[in-house]
Amino acid sequence: MTTQPEITAAGLPGMSASHRNLFLLLLAIVAVAPFLAYPLLVIKVLCFGLFALSLNLMLGNLGLLSFGHAAYFGLSSYAAAHAAKVWGFTPEFALGFAVLVAVVTGAVFGALCVRRQGIYFAMVTLAFAQMIYFFSLQAPFTGGEDGIQNVPRGALFGLFSLQSDMALYALVAVVFFVAVLALYRITWSPFGQVLRAIRDNEPRAISLGYRVDRYKWTVFVLAAGFAGLAGGLKAISFQLASLTDVYWGMSGEVVLMVMIGGMATFFGPLIGALLVIWMQNELAAFGAWVTIVQGLVFMACILVFRKGLLGTIADRLGLKV
Amino acid sequence: MSDDIVLKATGLTKDFKGFRAVDAVNLNVQRGSVHALIGPNGAGKSTCFNLLTKFLTPSAGTITYDGRDITRLKPEVIARMGLVRSFQISAVFGSMTALENVRIALQRRRHGDSWDFWRSQKVLARLEDEAMDLLDQVGMTGFAREQASDLSYGRKRALEIATTLALDPKVLLLDEPMAGMTQEDVARITTLIARVAVGRTVLMVEHNLSVVATLCDRITVLARGAILAEGSYDEVSKDPQVINAYIGVPNG
Ligand SMILES: Nc1ncnc2c1ncn2[C@@H]1O[C@H](COP(=O)(O)OP(=O)(O)OP(=O)(O)O)[C@@H](O)[C@H]1O
Ligand SMILES: [Mg+2]
Repeated sequence: MTTQPEITAAGLPGMSASHRNLFLLLLAIVAVAPFLAYPLLVIKVLCFGLFALSLNLMLGNLGLLSFGHAAYFGLSSYAAAHAAKVWGFTPEFALGFAVLVAVVTGAVFGALCVRRQGIYFAMVTLAFAQMIYFFSLQAPFTGGEDGIQNVPRGALFGLFSLQSDMALYALVAVVFFVAVLALYRITWSPFGQVLRAIRDNEPRAISLGYRVDRYKWTVFVLAAGFAGLAGGLKAISFQLASLTDVYWGMSGEVVLMVMIGGMATFFGPLIGALLVIWMQNELAAFGAWVTIVQGLVFMACILVFRKGLLGTIADRLGLKV
Repeated sequence: MSDDIVLKATGLTKDFKGFRAVDAVNLNVQRGSVHALIGPNGAGKSTCFNLLTKFLTPSAGTITYDGRDITRLKPEVIARMGLVRSFQISAVFGSMTALENVRIALQRRRHGDSWDFWRSQKVLARLEDEAMDLLDQVGMTGFAREQASDLSYGRKRALEIATTLALDPKVLLLDEPMAGMTQEDVARITTLIARVAVGRTVLMVEHNLSVVATLCDRITVLARGAILAEGSYDEVSKDPQVINAYIGVPNG
């Protein structure tokens, strides 16, 4: 996200033509994908894509690497699952509750994390995520090792059943697309501009009078909220909330997705998520080898595509994505 | 003479793990003056700046700005009160264009904090004329759309000055604003500082003594953390202690 949208002829920095085209392309892909692949597989990609974008809101714009982002993803998947299954919430309320839980947790943890710099920030976020993991393991309502299973998908607004995968897909696709647009807007808002100033030179931003810690906190909360939305969507879609989604390995995986796609781009994390999920799916039969292949791909990406897949390709073509 | 002091430090001291970088400095900066802080390398000038703008916490001493004790305030709060600093090591926002660098300062001044994450940054386009004007003042019009990290060192310094001026500060603290600039740039920036100093107070660290002689009303000489001499350029440059400590003082 270091790159700017192009300056349009009028001199206004709005959404550039190339970004508009990319959004149209994304819309087209999201629209046809469930006819070309299993809808549930595509849903998985969308959930993780959103999760990866939420991480990159903080990493790409502020340069803050959270190593515990799964806390918000996983905790919210429990929240949505619990709300839908035990309280009988309709999907939209279950999702709303999931986001609320992520935002509140992010607000508390964020306040404690944002004063740390660099590696300490990564460590503190990981520590808090581990707390959430143990909470998820021990709490009476999370189902321990089993997680929360058989979560009902329910009916949207109590009216439209999500029982069919296509109906579910429609909901996920719309939520995903609106969330991506919102993330894009945040990135290129006056607020987002301040974030990049802080990333580039924090003392200078302070000397201009910006209250840097509050910006970091706000982004932390926003990133948690979007991660929570992704986690909630995943729980409703797969009718399951489990420890996998709060495990530190999941925090690492989402970092991997962002790095593979390119953290200096807006759309890169989506490519990263697609690639990682696709790899896991293709290699599922090989069991433990998945991890090794993933590690190799990650290394290759770091070595060959230093700015991530999309970042490097965009650089070569002189595009800003 | 001493009744209108805008920035005052009393007994300002900073210890770094047993090493005293600034030692009981008393500084009185008069409102509307251009005040120079000079001294050999490692004298503690930048540390003083960091203390005055609260980027460092003093080990002892107090700082008053506009009659208000600011010793315990945060650096961003002080900046908002109109006491704005630049840095010795050029501090620009590298990934942004020169125009955006200036605009981000204007944005703070005009919009306060920008929590408006739901708005398009098109609202910032309104600030661009003013940003261009500031760039023009430092001779950077032609580089407005260039990425700041690609600019030469001297241009980065010029950009920094434009960015600082964008905040319309009451007191400017400039840490070696002309380091690394060409002769021509030095002349331009000297004129600029003289111009913007009208109605403002400037405290500057500068090694270029002809600049100091041209611009500054009052000079404080710092050596090994302590004040060695203070006065007008003529007074200070004749001081034998200063000549002794500050190698490079030209005659007169
Ligand atoms: N953070 C720090 N920790 C330890 N020592 C420091 C620190 N900052 C500065 N010093 C030391 O304090 C002394 C004063 O440094 P300072 O940067 O203030 O000098 P200066 O007068 O600005 O010099 P120059 O002309 O080279 O910029 C130096 O000896 C420096 O090594
Ligand atoms: Mg210095």
